[in-house]
Amino acid sequence: MADEVILLDFWVSPFGQRCRIALLEKGISYEYSEQSLAQKSDLLLRSNPIHKKIPVLLHAGRPICESLIILEYIDETWSDKSPLLPFDNPYARSCARFWADYVDKKLFDSQTRLWKLKAGEADHEQAKRDMVETLQTLEKELGEKDYFGGDVFGFLDVVIVPFVAWFYAYERFGGFSVEEVCPRLVAWAKRCRERESVSKTISDPEKVYEFALYLKDKFGAK
Amino acid sequence: MASSKPKKEFGNMTDASGDELKLLGVWDSPYVNRVQIVLNLKGISYEYIEEDLMNKSDLLLRSNPVHKKVPVLIHNGKPIAESQVIVQYLDDAFPNAGVLLLPSDPFERAVARFWAVYVDDKVGSPWYTILFAKEREEKLEAAARAISAMETIEAAFREKNAAEGAPFFGGDGIGFVDVVLGSYLGWFRVIEKMIGVRILDAARTPLLAAWAERFEAADAVRGVLPDDVDKVIDFLQTFLH
Repeated sequence: MADEVILLDFWVSPFGQRCRIALLEKGISYEYSEQSLAQKSDLLLRSNPIHKKIPVLLHAGRPICESLIILEYIDETWSDKSPLLPFDNPYARSCARFWADYVDKKLFDSQTRLWKLKAGEADHEQAKRDMVETLQTLEKELGEKDYFGGDVFGFLDVVIVPFVAWFYAYERFGGFSVEEVCPRLVAWAKRCRERESVSKTISDPEKVYEFALYLKDKFGAK
Repeated sequence: MASSKPKKEFGNMTDASGDELKLLGVWDSPYVNRVQIVLNLKGISYEYIEEDLMNKSDLLLRSNPVHKKVPVLIHNGKPIAESQVIVQYLDDAFPNAGVLLLPSDPFERAVARFWAVYVDDKVGSPWYTILFAKEREEKLEAAARAISAMETIEAAFREKNAAEGAPFFGGDGIGFVDVVLGSYLGWFRVIEKMIGVRILDAARTPLLAAWAERFEAADAVRGVLPDDVDKVIDFLQTFLH
């Protein structure tokens, strides 16, 4: 079909989950295609030859790569409902983009180091400090708002919310309480989970922790 | 007759609509230069404030507390940081100021954004390593990665833009990817002097070499990119101690 939407994804990927949440929020029907990262499919390699990574959104056969770029593409293409970015507020748009960039620079990197590095080592201690600082910064940015965008669930909420399933793993690997570090963020996470698009999409924290243990076993520092 | 409008202060740079724009920058930063080029393309006037990165101003620290970096654009008192965010902001906030950097079609926008991210990731990160790594080996390895990225970008330009007869990544005019990649052109000359490696080499990437000449000849670009290689190298030394 000409307008077919396919998402090449991997079940636990927070980047893929961003796209799934956006598609659900907009009521777009699409085909979910689970990818093997160990043995990449021809379709994935053809669709994202440069990075060979998921997520990739295929719309009418054309690939869009990189989760933040996919989110903006979804927002701009299906602009008639549920805007993710406020269309009439350039400054709010720039804030959302700035913080999305911050999340992609800091959060994923810190979480990777938390599971990858050996507990007790200096670099692991640094990873833990970096993670706490990142969560505190996001807590401060959220402030008293219901959502990162204000009163309405939007772009930045979609960008961050898949990572809440990883909070349990942060606690296990980092030996700290996420709720103590960022109580408002935890309350925001609960609020977001009440949305169907989020509760249907984000992973079970236990499964995430198991997956992180598997990664640690396979790729972690010995 | 008393006017309710505030008196326009001498030295207060505003554009025709009364907007106040300040750009906090460092003269040889590619990330600052690309914002300057975009402001020139859009014909928007602004006040440029040179920052001393060894002694950051209160204004900079207040305006970008998260990263404490330049460029920061301050529009009517509101700060915007991260160069690619700033460029997209300028498109959103000044839609009628001549040129738009991003195309209007969502798919083409996604393609432009993809390549902009690719450039800063695969050319920009090596650039940083070449400047600040201690060992020459590290610098050379970074340069090799940047060269590989340039070859990938050349192929993309050949398949798309050259195939359409377009002089720029943005088509007939300079666009988002042009300003992002173009902002490193002054530094490619500096790097050649620093480590004897050409990141941009007409023998390897002829289309990009020709594109670079066109880009640097544009009115909006002239005078922005650093062209005194020795001055840049001297300035860099102040950060290496």
